[in-house]
Parts: sequence; C-alpha cells; structure tokens
Amino acid sequence: MDIRKIALTLVSGAVLLAAPTKIGFVYVSPVGDAGWTFQHDQGRKEMEKALAGQVTSQVVENVPEGADAERVIREMANSGCKAVFTTSFGYMNPTLKVAPSFPDVEFYHATGYKTAKNVGIYNARFYEGRYLCGVVAGKMTKTHVAGYVAAFPIPEVMMGIDAFTQGMRSVDPSAKVRVIWVNSWFDPGKEREAALTLISNGADMVTHHTDSTAVVQACEEQHAAKGVWSFSYHSDMAKYGPTSQLTGTTHVWGEFYTKTIKDVIAGKHTPVNVWGGFKEGMIKLAPMNKAVPADVQKMVAGLEKQIVAGKFHPFQGPIIAQDGSTKVAKGAVMSDKDIDAINYYVQGVDSPEPKQ
Amino acid sequence: MDLNFLSSILFATIVAGTPLIIVGLGELVTEKAGVLNLGAEGIMSVGAVAAFAVAHGTHSPGLGILAGMVAGMLMSLLFAVSALTLMANQVASGLALSIFGVGLAAFIGKPFESVALASVPPVSIPLLNRIPLLGHALFEQQGLVYFSWALLGGVSWFLYRTKAGLVLRAVGEGPVSAHSIGYGVVAIRYQAVLFGGAMAGIGGAFLSVFYTPMWVEGMVAGRGWIAIALVVFATWRPLRVMVGAYLFGGCMIAQMFVQGSGVKINVPSQFLSALPYLATILVLVAISRNRNTIRLHSPASLGQSFLPDA
Repeated sequence: MDIRKIALTLVSGAVLLAAPTKIGFVYVSPVGDAGWTFQHDQGRKEMEKALAGQVTSQVVENVPEGADAERVIREMANSGCKAVFTTSFGYMNPTLKVAPSFPDVEFYHATGYKTAKNVGIYNARFYEGRYLCGVVAGKMTKTHVAGYVAAFPIPEVMMGIDAFTQGMRSVDPSAKVRVIWVNSWFDPGKEREAALTLISNGADMVTHHTDSTAVVQACEEQHAAKGVWSFSYHSDMAKYGPTSQLTGTTHVWGEFYTKTIKDVIAGKHTPVNVWGGFKEGMIKLAPMNKAVPADVQKMVAGLEKQIVAGKFHPFQGPIIAQDGSTKVAKGAVMSDKDIDAINYYVQGVDSPEPKQ
Repeated sequence: MDLNFLSSILFATIVAGTPLIIVGLGELVTEKAGVLNLGAEGIMSVGAVAAFAVAHGTHSPGLGILAGMVAGMLMSLLFAVSALTLMANQVASGLALSIFGVGLAAFIGKPFESVALASVPPVSIPLLNRIPLLGHALFEQQGLVYFSWALLGGVSWFLYRTKAGLVLRAVGEGPVSAHSIGYGVVAIRYQAVLFGGAMAGIGGAFLSVFYTPMWVEGMVAGRGWIAIALVVFATWRPLRVMVGAYLFGGCMIAQMFVQGSGVKINVPSQFLSALPYLATILVLVAISRNRNTIRLHSPASLGQSFLPDA
C-alpha cells in the first residue's frame, strides 16, 4: 500500500478528504508477459499512475468464466470497490447477475453486448489495426500468400481475418490468406505447428489470433531460411521476433480506464458503450520493423490518419464474400452491427469457410 | 504432392509425438509396477519450468534436461510418499499432484515469463540425413527425439528381457505373491514411480526448451493427460505407445496441412481438431481388442495400495 503517497496527497492540501477510490479488475488468465490480460493489466497500471493517490486497484487473475466469476465479482463489489471491470466475454452474464444487488457500484464489461443501469460495455476496433497489418503484408510479400493462425470461428476472429485480407488485397490483388483453426485460445505447441504448416505451404507473412507468442517465435526461427515475417496480436512481441516481426495490432486500455475512473471519482453516473479504435487510442500499431520501406510506413501512417479522421473505413465497399456475393456495395460502409456479427470470409481467403 | 511436403509432415509428426512417447513410456513402467500415477500433467509442468530456468541460467539445454528430470523425480517422490508409504488413494494423490504441479509451476515460473530462450539447433546424423524423404524427417531432429527411440528399446528390453523387469511386472501383477517370495514391493514401486517422474520431467523439458522455447503458464496444455490415456489404449505395450503417439501427432499435423493447403473440403474445423483423439482411440482399440491379450498385459494390481505385513 502506498500510504506515503496518500499522506502526500492529503498534506499537499488536496481537497480529497475521502479515502482513495477502490477499483476492481477481474482477469480470465494469468497476467503473464504478453497477450489479452497483460494488455488490460498495463492499462490498469497506467490508470493507477495517472490517478496516483486517488485510486487503489485490486486484481483477481485466472478466474474461470461461470459460477466462479460471479463469486469473485460479488466479493469485489462487497469489499467496497466503486467500479469493477470484468475483462472477458464470458463474464457477461455473471456481471449482469451481480450488478442489481450493488446499485452504487459501476460495472464495466469488456467485449460483451448486454448492458444494464450500472453495467457499461467496452471493446476496441481491433480490425482497424488488422487492416493496416494486411497492407504491410501485401507490400512485403513475395509469395503472395499469408498465413493466419486462428483460435475459434467467432465474429471477433472472423472480423480480423477479413480485415487483414481486405488490407492485403488492397495493395496486392492476387494475394491469398490461408487460415488454420487450432480450436484453442492458448496452446503454444499447436500454434507453433500451425504456423510452421502455413509456412511450408508457402506463406511468407504470418499472423495469429491466439494468446501465446509461439507464432511470432516460430517465424523468427524460420526467418533466415524462408524469409518469413510476422505480425503480432494483443501485444508487441518484438522481444520474441526481433528481426522478423514487422508490426502488430496492440490493445491500449490505459486511457479508457483513466477517463472512466475519473468520472467514477467525480460521481458521474455514466454507463458507457464504447467501441473505440485508433481515434480513441484504444488500439495502436506496434513499432514498425526497419525492414518496412519508408514509403510503406508513410502510406500506413496516412491510412491511420484517414481512419482517425473518419475518411476511410476498413470495411468500406465493395466487400465481396468468398462465394462471390456482394456484402457491401461500392461507396457504402458496413454498419457496426454487421461488423459485430461478421461470419463469412471475404474474397481472397483461400480456406474453406468454417461451419458455424 | 511433392516429397518436401510429405517430409515436413513426417518431421512435424515426430516432433509432436516425442513428448507423448517419453512421458507415456515412463507412465507405462510406473503402471506395470501396479501404481497409477495421474500426476503427469503436473510433473510435466514443473519439469518444464525447472528445465527452462536452468537452460536459461546456464545456457546449456543439456543441464536443462537434467533439471527437468530431477524436478520430475522430486515431484513423483511426493506422490510416492503419499501413495506408497502413507497408503493414500492413488487416484486422489495423482489428481492432487497434477493440480498442485500446474499451480506450483505457475508460481515458480513468474519471473521467467518475460524471458526468451534461443532455439536449440537440431542434431543431424551424417549420411543417414541424406536419405530421400525420410532423412530430414528422421535424422535431423532434436537429441531428445533419438532419446525417445532409445527409450522405447530400453524399456521393452528391460520389461521383457531382464530379471529386474520380470520382478517389476510381478510386483504389478501380484504384489502379495512377490512380497511372499522376498521382493521389496514398496521399494520397487518407489523406483518405478521415480522413473516415471523422471521421464515426465524430461517430457516437460522437451516442451519448454526444445519445442517452443519459452515458459508460459499452461503450456503443457493437456499433454500429460494424453500420455496417460495412450498407455491405457495401448494396453500397456511399449511399441503401441509409440504407435499411438505418432498417430496422434500425425493426425494433428495432417489436419493442419489440410486446413493450410487451401484445399476445399467440407468438414468443420472442430471435427478436424477432434480427429487426432478419435483416430488414436479407434486404431488402438482396434489393434488391441483381443480380451486375452488385454488381460495378459494389464497389470492386475493397478491402483491398489499394498501394505506389507509385518
């Protein structure tokens, strides 16, 4: 406990006479060194730093989705947390179950779609980063084949595959993206084998929507022999792919957490429904590899600016599905609702569509 | 389909099967002595983290393997004391060890999560690695792959060609009889459990130092359980454990190649992911369906505690 910091705040004549506001975070996996939960924890730390003295935060990691989650969330609310962030899709119903018993506590659920009086939801437009990674891939590929190691065929993952493919084909119309489903969020061995399989099938650009660093690591190993490059997801994994990671889509929650908690401290009751991207600072590209030519870096930076300005959208028409049907006409933009429910491959994905 | 393609499927199959063979053969020896140790998943986790820590600290993968082995033996010693000396239920002790091991490994491993380890170059065997198709797949592998083959030979020879092996099987078949003619049942079981632990530790070391050179919580991802299941479906016969392990690895790799090749097939990926499990069970059950051979090979006293009188 930072008793000294609190004392300092009081002594320095701050008007805050009340004790620091307690904030709770529920994580689905261990924090680790990279990945989904790691990014949330980075955000929490950033928020604690920005609001030093005014908040304390409490974390429970590795909480299984289901009955255990409900118990943990209830316990947090009971122990005096003013706000509780539940950071996994499967916490949706437990959060909604607990919320009515604690009308004075604000709950925020990541990636869900159900809200209530004191339950807000937040998510990030990861697909914007995916599209830009695809552009880099299209510019850098020699084999015109990219590989994608994917966890489960749900809209969140399909969205990324489609955005990456759209981006890649915007600069390399003959490019193909091949997908391997490993049907697991986390199995380094399987993820590695999937990456190696894609590489031996001709992919020289590889990315993943799974939780470990195994794919980036496998590409680093194969880089010298096969000229393979990787794009990380969740976190910047350059440590595991110092020469071969080109860039990556990373999640940035700090700003959102800081802003939300400020409102909570101020006593503002603002149930949120945030789906932020580059504009809101909720996603960022990992630093570009030096191997990416300056003009490509410039082009990507320009696209990012256009996305922020709302002049460009990764899912703007024409968007043609794998089966040839037009999903979004030229000049139109896919609605948020449709993006959120995307369940088909776009043209250019060279794998059979998963059964849903 | 060109040769390179087949060769890389074969290569990956062997890599994927190796940890299962090493852990499975260790478990087989343990079970042949009549002890059911369900702790493989936990022992592998602790072996993996110990091996990673030492390999990272000393820059020596060899010492890493050794550390994995020692850690595995220490873990299995815990099991042996509770199940063999204190007569606790073997199933419960094994399950407890499994859960404890996974948690302990996560705890010890915290500082190593952010550490990257250089990958270990494979050991090629000169001349043999030039054989078309098989050369690369069989003879440009990690040292532990060759070890797994030697282990198969060693375990088969020991169990069926040495007196000590006969005694070990006797202890598993009829501990009371073995005891009555003067063999130290508990001592022999201790050794069998320690051997199984050592192999599970090495299997863990293979994962964290050679296969995916990293440590992350949960990286064993169920392989300990698969190895235990393989022993049962292989009806406690060493060669079949190896067949099962390669079959499992082969199906996993083949289904990925099918997905990654761009071939249009109309099968859900979930089914493809389940295929290795289905195929392995079906094949092993089919080749071992003879009841008499099952009775002949399964250790009769498996899972039962033995209290030497007096």
